[in-house]
Amino acid sequence: MHMIVCVKQVPDTTEVRIDPVTNTLDRSSAPAIINPYDSHAVEEAVRIKEMHGGKVTVISMGPPNAIEVIKRCIALGADEGYLLSDRAFAGSDTLATSYILSQGIATISRREPVDLILCGKQAIDGDTAQVGPGIARRLGIPQLTYVNHVAGIDPARKEIKVHRKLDDAYEVVVAKLPCLLTVEKEINELSYSSLPNMLRAVRFEPKILTVADLQADLSMMGLKGSPTSVSKIFAPPQRSGGEICSVEQLVEKLLELHSNEKC
Amino acid sequence: MPEKFDAIVVGAGVAGLAAAYKMAQGGLSVVVIERGDYPGAKNVMGGVLYRSMMEELIPEFWKEAPLERPVVEQRFWFMDTDSVVSTGYKGQEWAREPYNCFTVFRGQFDQWFARKCTEAGAVIINETVVEECLLENGRVVGVRTNRPEGELYANVVVLADGVNSLLGKQLGFHQEWKPQQVALAVMEELKLPSEVIEDRFNLDPGMGTTIEIFGGGTLGLVGTSFIYTNKEHISIGVGALLSQIRQARVKPYDLLENLKKHPAVRPFIRNAEPVEYYAHLIPEGGYNAIPKLVGNGVLVVGDAAQLVNGIHREGSNLAMTSGRLAAEAVLRAHQIGEFDARSLSQYEEDLRNSFVIDDLKKYKDSSHLFENNTRYFNEYLPATNMALHEMLTVDGTSKKDKQKLIMQRLLRDSSLYSVGKDLYHAWKAMK
Ligand SMILES: Cc1cc2nc3c(=O)[nH]c(=O)nc-3n(C[C@H](O)[C@H](O)[C@H](O)COP(=O)(O)OP(=O)(O)OC[C@H]3O[C@@H](n4cnc5c(N)ncnc54)[C@H](O)[C@@H]3O)c2cc1C
Ligand SMILES: Cc1cc2nc3c(=O)[nH]c(=O)nc-3n(C[C@H](O)[C@H](O)[C@H](O)COP(=O)(O)OP(=O)(O)OC[C@H]3O[C@@H](n4cnc5c(N)ncnc54)[C@H](O)[C@@H]3O)c2cc1C
Repeated sequence: MHMIVCVKQVPDTTEVRIDPVTNTLDRSSAPAIINPYDSHAVEEAVRIKEMHGGKVTVISMGPPNAIEVIKRCIALGADEGYLLSDRAFAGSDTLATSYILSQGIATISRREPVDLILCGKQAIDGDTAQVGPGIARRLGIPQLTYVNHVAGIDPARKEIKVHRKLDDAYEVVVAKLPCLLTVEKEINELSYSSLPNMLRAVRFEPKILTVADLQADLSMMGLKGSPTSVSKIFAPPQRSGGEICSVEQLVEKLLELHSNEKC
Repeated sequence: MPEKFDAIVVGAGVAGLAAAYKMAQGGLSVVVIERGDYPGAKNVMGGVLYRSMMEELIPEFWKEAPLERPVVEQRFWFMDTDSVVSTGYKGQEWAREPYNCFTVFRGQFDQWFARKCTEAGAVIINETVVEECLLENGRVVGVRTNRPEGELYANVVVLADGVNSLLGKQLGFHQEWKPQQVALAVMEELKLPSEVIEDRFNLDPGMGTTIEIFGGGTLGLVGTSFIYTNKEHISIGVGALLSQIRQARVKPYDLLENLKKHPAVRPFIRNAEPVEYYAHLIPEGGYNAIPKLVGNGVLVVGDAAQLVNGIHREGSNLAMTSGRLAAEAVLRAHQIGEFDARSLSQYEEDLRNSFVIDDLKKYKDSSHLFENNTRYFNEYLPATNMALHEMLTVDGTSKKDKQKLIMQRLLRDSSLYSVGKDLYHAWKAMK
């Protein structure tokens, strides 16, 4: 099994500040972290490797300092890492991002054919959940979104069985490999990295892929390849605080609501 | 088979990083293990970093290290509840290369220093706790961390694990520190525009001041307070011996609040926004508390070895120098290929011949003297304030009568003999 996991470097949104003047994210205010969903995707790939053998490759598109999130994945147990980094990629929206990533994956799989691609459900900054499906579509492979459990893999028949999270149930789906999963956080609990993996991670140097390494159409990437235009970004209005009352008052209010509903 | 290094350093504070840098530069394979998210994440310091000891490691480091302000003035305050006697020194030579000292944020400085270590070839592992030293036939041969497959081996382990040094305790190098051997310090970063800081502290752009405060702020406990200027922050903190904090049942935070309300302090921090709050222990046992420093395959440096000069708020420099001297001893041991206590003992000898042990010896009785005789903080500091108040308040009393009044008040509670004795002891402890 050769698995490729797409990982994105995101600002730690628990610490990010919104610039009150421009209303945009002040990215410098927050440390860069790995998109939390993506670390679960890496963890799942590593578990599949432990069960079925194979190799876990991570790929990220981003600025040179995104090397750190790739190292993080090595600590989690990934074997290989690529950073797609080039000025030509800057300003890409989800359409262009998924194009570039699919080209990166295609480049890698020409040397080492890929059986399974994993993405996070969504990125905590962009939040669109479009990149995973975009990659699958471009590579022409099945996509299984919102996966919260991998029920089994049959390498001989090249099949995977997963649970997809729905609103009030889950769906069991079988698909042919190669395919692409986007995963929920509850798919697994992150393991505590082993010391040898930590050591490997600090010494690891990812391979850098630039535009020249991809057989890609320049007009489909960066600002040129991005039809999205941002008209306005703003911070949502502050939620007003709730009412604080005693247990007695609460009971009264509930009874009141209840009797109102009845009539 | 776990990996083997020439040296393992536990703790990426300035002591550990100094040792790692020097050993890596000497060609040894070095791994530093730090429990924080990154070097500096958990390290607390008021912020004065001394140039000379850092320069022994990285010449002209000020050209690239993240520093706040070169300190051009050091003020000393002797405080009573609502007055202060002050003195100090300001010198232009401190505003020029090579400088005397700088204010720094350890969170930034340590990350930079760690990068220098990495560039020199050391490997730094964060978010990992060393749980114990591995022993074989009475010698330390490595460490066990809290991670799966978490053992690492090395010829030498340098313990730079800071004031608590559980590892030194496990090895029997020292006992649990007694409450009178450690101070608890709390501090805040207060944000202010740099021009406001420069106006309030009377500074040229970019330059810095430190204020060391005795008395007043600590509500009669044995301790000191400080105010340091950074680029866009003021660091303000207060520390007192743990034994006294316990005895007096005060909350450390209340000490800080009390200090911030003092009329001499208030104008400096007006409208400043608190952005960080820290609390940390400082080793204050001094010379008498220095633990065993060298064992078979192991050395102890920095706060872990109680190397802090409390009277002069020096710690980071003693930490760096001890780290460097330990590294030099390891490099020599590496040449002869022997790492037992005898081969490493050069470290202890070099330390004794350096300013580190000299200074600690000089002040070995000071904090005990001040702890056991609270008159210094509770009577003499207020008395100095009272004396100047009397002398400088013009109210028609003749200067001669004022002097008489001052002497009477000074001697109201103690005899001339005991005041003289106290002053003599203080002079002896500090000389
Ligand atoms: C309205 C809008 C406007 C934007 N404008 C700009 C702009 O002008 N300039 C600009 O630079 N960016 C811009 N972005 C950001 C950028 O388009 C997206 O962040 C990026 O395309 C990924 O989309 P997402 O964050 O929604 O990821 P999602 O689709 O939510 O991500 C899902 C999964 O896809 C994978 N993935 C996503 N991105 C990457 C990546 N880079 N590398 C590897 N894997 C990845 C991860 O596995 C992730 O979990 C904009 C985003 C939005 C929503
Ligand atoms: C409020 C305050 C103000 C101060 N002001 C000054 C000043 O102005 N000037 C000055 O020179 N000194 C000052 N000091 C003292 C100075 O901060 C210390 O002396 C100095 O930081 C000691 O460095 P160190 O490397 O020995 O220890 P530390 O900086 O404490 O580093 C120890 C490191 O070891 C790590 N560690 C501990 N145990 C383990 C473990 N088991 N496994 C892995 N990692 C571990 C810790 O996370 C930490 O990073 C001040 C101290 C305080 C508290």
